[in-house]
Amino acid sequence: MAKIQLNGKKITINSKSSIQDLLKRYNLINEKIAIELNGIIIPKIKFKKKYLKNNDKVEVVHFIGGG
Amino acid sequence: MKDIFRVANKKLKSRLIVGTGKYKNFRETAKAVEASGADMVTVAVRRVNILDKKKPILTDYLNPKKIIFLPNTAGCFNSSDALRTLRLAREMGGWKLVKLEVLGDKKTLYPNMIETIKSTKILTKEGFKVMVYCTDDPLLAKKLEDNGAAAIMPLASPIGSGLGLQNKVNISMIIKQSKVPVIVDAGIGTASDATVAMELGCDGVLINSAIAMAKKPILMAKAFRDAVTSGRNSYLAGRMQKNYIASPSSPTKGLI
Repeated sequence: MAKIQLNGKKITINSKSSIQDLLKRYNLINEKIAIELNGIIIPKIKFKKKYLKNNDKVEVVHFIGGG
Repeated sequence: MKDIFRVANKKLKSRLIVGTGKYKNFRETAKAVEASGADMVTVAVRRVNILDKKKPILTDYLNPKKIIFLPNTAGCFNSSDALRTLRLAREMGGWKLVKLEVLGDKKTLYPNMIETIKSTKILTKEGFKVMVYCTDDPLLAKKLEDNGAAAIMPLASPIGSGLGLQNKVNISMIIKQSKVPVIVDAGIGTASDATVAMELGCDGVLINSAIAMAKKPILMAKAFRDAVTSGRNSYLAGRMQKNYIASPSSPTKGLI
């Protein structure tokens, strides 16, 4: 198990979880989001191989209405 | 005569760009966008709500393959936050045409032009096409253009104020000097304001609150569509001279 921060909230994930696994858990579609891991943007092609570790900070963003 | 509106590499059918904030729900947003005839909409970048997996999202209602999304940096008060936001937007699906706004003050939402110019320069170097929200100062507008701005977007009056065009003279000066499109952004209150902006010679207008906060947003979206078209046609047609004496419209010859 690993404890990470996802969009400011503490969550627990299985150890050896990739970003792609995390997205799957929250029903998020790759095309509609972008990810920042510890302040660095992660390209989508790396989602499957980028594993998360304890204390990682993940930000998942998408488009919302705005002017 | 073909009147084509081009921003960076995009050809737009409508000179009205609409924001997608402040609507009652996404259904209303989508209907208003459709009624406006706009082919470009602004969108904001925010955290996904991870607690509610079933909550509807904007892209369920507006398809970025059918309408051009213009990611903005609303809510950013410094250059690094704005850059971070737009880099994330680009990663989301290749958005290079973006709207930059770096705010300087929470009460007025006035743009911080020093940070704005700095960000424009960096983003342009990174390959972005930057449409820039700015003050109506002609010197600073020129500075933005010199730093690579793809469009100059001076405010009509403070964001969300609905006060309309407060400084037509400055907007006119910016229009005259700019080689890139000038789009009036922020502060437009009602359809006639948009017509006046277009008659001044603006290339386009960006409207959010005036539509979303109207009693009937969808009807107001239609009003803006017509207002922008009218204003543009009126500008192209060229208004008559103003005279300080009357001139009869009917012939005086042959009076009985």
